[in-house]
Amino acid sequence: MIEIQNIKKSFGSLEVLKGVSMTVNKGEVVSVIGGSGSGKSTMLMCINGLEPIQGGRILVDGTEVHAKGTDLNKLRRNIGLVFQQWNAFPHLTVLENTMLAPRKVLGKSRQEARDIAAEQLRHVGLGDKLDVFPSKLSGGQQQRMAIARALAMSPRYMLFDEVTSALDPQLVSEVLDTLRLLCDDGMTMIVVTHEMAFAREVSDRVAFFRNGEICEIGPPEQIFDSPQRPETADFLKAVLSNSHKT
Amino acid sequence: MFDTLMSWNDLLFMLKGAGITLAITFWAMLGGTLLGVVFGLIRAVAPWWLNVPLGAVLDVLRSVPLLIQFILGNSLQAILGWQMTPFIIACVVLGLYTASYCTEVVRGGVLAVPATTRRAARSLGLTYRQDLTHIVFPLALRVALPSWIGLTLGVLKDSALVLWIGIVELLRSSQIIITRIQEPLFVLSVAGIIYFAMSFPIARLAARLEKRWHEND
Repeated sequence: MIEIQNIKKSFGSLEVLKGVSMTVNKGEVVSVIGGSGSGKSTMLMCINGLEPIQGGRILVDGTEVHAKGTDLNKLRRNIGLVFQQWNAFPHLTVLENTMLAPRKVLGKSRQEARDIAAEQLRHVGLGDKLDVFPSKLSGGQQQRMAIARALAMSPRYMLFDEVTSALDPQLVSEVLDTLRLLCDDGMTMIVVTHEMAFAREVSDRVAFFRNGEICEIGPPEQIFDSPQRPETADFLKAVLSNSHKT
Repeated sequence: MFDTLMSWNDLLFMLKGAGITLAITFWAMLGGTLLGVVFGLIRAVAPWWLNVPLGAVLDVLRSVPLLIQFILGNSLQAILGWQMTPFIIACVVLGLYTASYCTEVVRGGVLAVPATTRRAARSLGLTYRQDLTHIVFPLALRVALPSWIGLTLGVLKDSALVLWIGIVELLRSSQIIITRIQEPLFVLSVAGIIYFAMSFPIARLAARLEKRWHEND
């Protein structure tokens, strides 16, 4: 269970998160939507301790992330994070990219790590690309590799930070299909996304971020069909009319 | 025109000098690179109170002509009575000079590794040190290698200046022969060919490494 309790986060004088609270239960898929700069991505970076916070606290399975003495490296094993810019390690092959963390962080043997990595890569449809370097892959394939790389650690939670935003439109669906696979496996996920149709389809709950606060949170039917807040309705109207144009 | 008084023995003498040149270059590059990696890393990540003084010292080493550094180094050890051989002084002074340049090469390489890539490594649970050894160093090496090779070739030629503290390396051995047989053009051409023969394989090796790495980029 991930419990976010009234967290505050600033970059210098800019307050990005102004007291955000939410709880994500085991097996739940929560989508986070909202405009750029609303604090969605920053919240993800706070959850696995990549960013410090200035107030509140975050508990992951009861461990306070930002407490002194919390072993962040250990905590991060349980939390997979996939970025907008997939961030492949360009000097390693697809297989090596995926093996690295199981080997170095979990201390698996070469053979074990290889098996785990190969299995995850097959799972995301990259079984024939094991010995290829990331630069030879399309954006969608690199992003799927990044997902397999995170999954190879057998995390309990997966965080997705706008994983389709940097992709060419025709590559978006293959990555979303991979995310659907994870939903079907019952993975607990927080998905920051601009893909409204996808959010509606897979989410148990949807959170709408606005100016560093959760403006509205609820089941997808509520958010998309009968939003309780005028800001939510305005945002969705703007986003949906935009996607019709393109 | 191709008659020369230079004997095979003279050539052997020059090759011995070339051996000294290579030895000084090797030790200076080894020490300079090790120090440069440490300093470069400090320059890339350390807070200002460590960074600024270190940067200032290295700036001095880069700004004072190497010839002056050799002579000062030599005099200093004589005054302090350290009993170091000129060869060791040459290696130490040239090594420090190399370190000051290598520091910037390493720093540039480390800073060229995208912060997002490092963040991805940390998000997988890699420790700070594992991130350095498995992600930052290999990637920085690719960026830094061409400059490092350039530095090596530069040091190889700069090492000629050690003749002023009494070491008979390639250039000094050529001078000795010129004084005797009075054929500067021919002897210096031979010296030039030997310098080229030492530099060329290093440059080729670098080009091959670079090509291999960039096939994957």
